[in-house]
Amino acid sequence: MTVPNWAGEDEVGFWEGVERGELRIQSCARCKRLRFPPRPFCPWCQSPDCAWQPMSGRGTLWSYAIVHPPLVAPFAELAPYNVIVVALQEDPHIRIVGNLVTDAQGAINEVKAQQIRIGAQVEVVFGEGPGGLRLPRWRYAAHRSGD
Amino acid sequence: MLKDRTAIAGIGETTFGKLLPSSEERLACEAILAALDDAGIAPREVDGLCSYTMETTDATEIARNIGAGDVTFFSQIGYGGGAGAATVGHAAMAVAGGQAKVVVAWRARKRSARSARIWASAAESVAVTGRWSRPWGLLRPVDEIAMLARRYMHEYAITRDALAEVVLAVRAHANRNPRAAMYHRALTREEYMSARWVSEPLCLFDCCLETDGALAAVVVSSDRARDCRRSPVYIHAFEQAMPRQIFAMTNYFCEDPLRTPSSVAGKLLWRDSDFTPADVKVAQIYDAFSPLILFALEGFGLCGRGEAGDFVRGGKLRWDGGGVAVNTSGGSLSEAYVHGFNMITEAVRQMRGTSTSQVDGAQCCLVASADCVPSGALLLRR
Ligand SMILES: [Zn+2]
Repeated sequence: MTVPNWAGEDEVGFWEGVERGELRIQSCARCKRLRFPPRPFCPWCQSPDCAWQPMSGRGTLWSYAIVHPPLVAPFAELAPYNVIVVALQEDPHIRIVGNLVTDAQGAINEVKAQQIRIGAQVEVVFGEGPGGLRLPRWRYAAHRSGD
Repeated sequence: MLKDRTAIAGIGETTFGKLLPSSEERLACEAILAALDDAGIAPREVDGLCSYTMETTDATEIARNIGAGDVTFFSQIGYGGGAGAATVGHAAMAVAGGQAKVVVAWRARKRSARSARIWASAAESVAVTGRWSRPWGLLRPVDEIAMLARRYMHEYAITRDALAEVVLAVRAHANRNPRAAMYHRALTREEYMSARWVSEPLCLFDCCLETDGALAAVVVSSDRARDCRRSPVYIHAFEQAMPRQIFAMTNYFCEDPLRTPSSVAGKLLWRDSDFTPADVKVAQIYDAFSPLILFALEGFGLCGRGEAGDFVRGGKLRWDGGGVAVNTSGGSLSEAYVHGFNMITEAVRQMRGTSTSQVDGAQCCLVASADCVPSGALLLRR
């Protein structure tokens, strides 16, 4: 089950994409602008009609934090670990939280603070996060040639 | 226009501490009664109540306890630390608009209770808020601000030296205030720089205290305030700001995440004020985390955007530093963390001339609430 039970009706499309290995962002059916996080109405033209747009899965590392204790399970045992924000290639104002990992199943504490650079090109991979939920995650785009 | 039509006539507060035995209800009533006594106004005259949505005590319980009269104005403001200035601002609007004559604003909080920290329950917090951040491990408020702070420091080449200036200035003020939790605890730059991380780029000293306590203020018309026990502190301007497309705390998803509430409130504040940013010699700025002070200094135009790093250099935030004295009672970082209501009471003391770090010649004092959620600001004058 990839769609978390707490996902709202406007959020299911995102998680269904994750299940299929696609990073999908909600787009307005009328004006075509992307919006994230998902919501029922387009803030630019107020249309309630939307579609789920697959993204290239490429982006730029916008910011990051290195999280240290005190923390709760299941994150506590992984600290210190990274959390990043990625600006998507299709629209740099669409940003999404993630982790920088070495591969899809990599741990969130593998990539260390000194290896993280704002502005670096990253690409999406899909794997289980510490909570057991399948999530979009990110690795340096240079790794692409090894696919 | 609200300008100077209302005033804060009284302030009150309980002792601050960890794990105080009193209930939040008792703490709230103590602070409110102290504020009414400070003003010399009988509790029976209270006809307005204004607090935070996060208050655990129902307003009717407060009214019954303090012996208020018929209450004709009651409101609560949301967004935790964003609510502080607006409790007084809404009280001022109610008095100026004739809805009530004596309005008390307050906040009572038992921060030390572990149940008060919603992030401590990861499952619950994903369900309620943070569903676009917590699954990846961005769990606590400090993590959410660390992310924004890192971006800010990157964009403007600001280093931890700026955060250290903020933290050390606020601590120096606490060291002069016997009521502050950190009164006896000096802090050096070396101790700051070697402190343990909580969420890089933020260390232990970039984070506020955990405190139990309550504070209150009494708002009346300026005419009435002039007949009260203390000299009036006028509510010169008040603004609220919920910037377009804001996402509370994890504000990464809008066009310009560093266009914070203070930058929106700031423009309005100077539009509605007889003062200019250059007149601000003292400011009380919500400081659950030290970078919020840098954001607000820029947002309120006390320096240019991206210039806070230079602006704070060389002790310019200290009471005697000749710049803008910030959080002169020790703030949330070093006096007490009570959702920023101590920003209001300290601003009143500065305008009365009774602060333990009194800034000479300050004609006005800025009060800025949390700059990471929908928020508010006051400009008070003597
Ligand atoms: Zn649209």
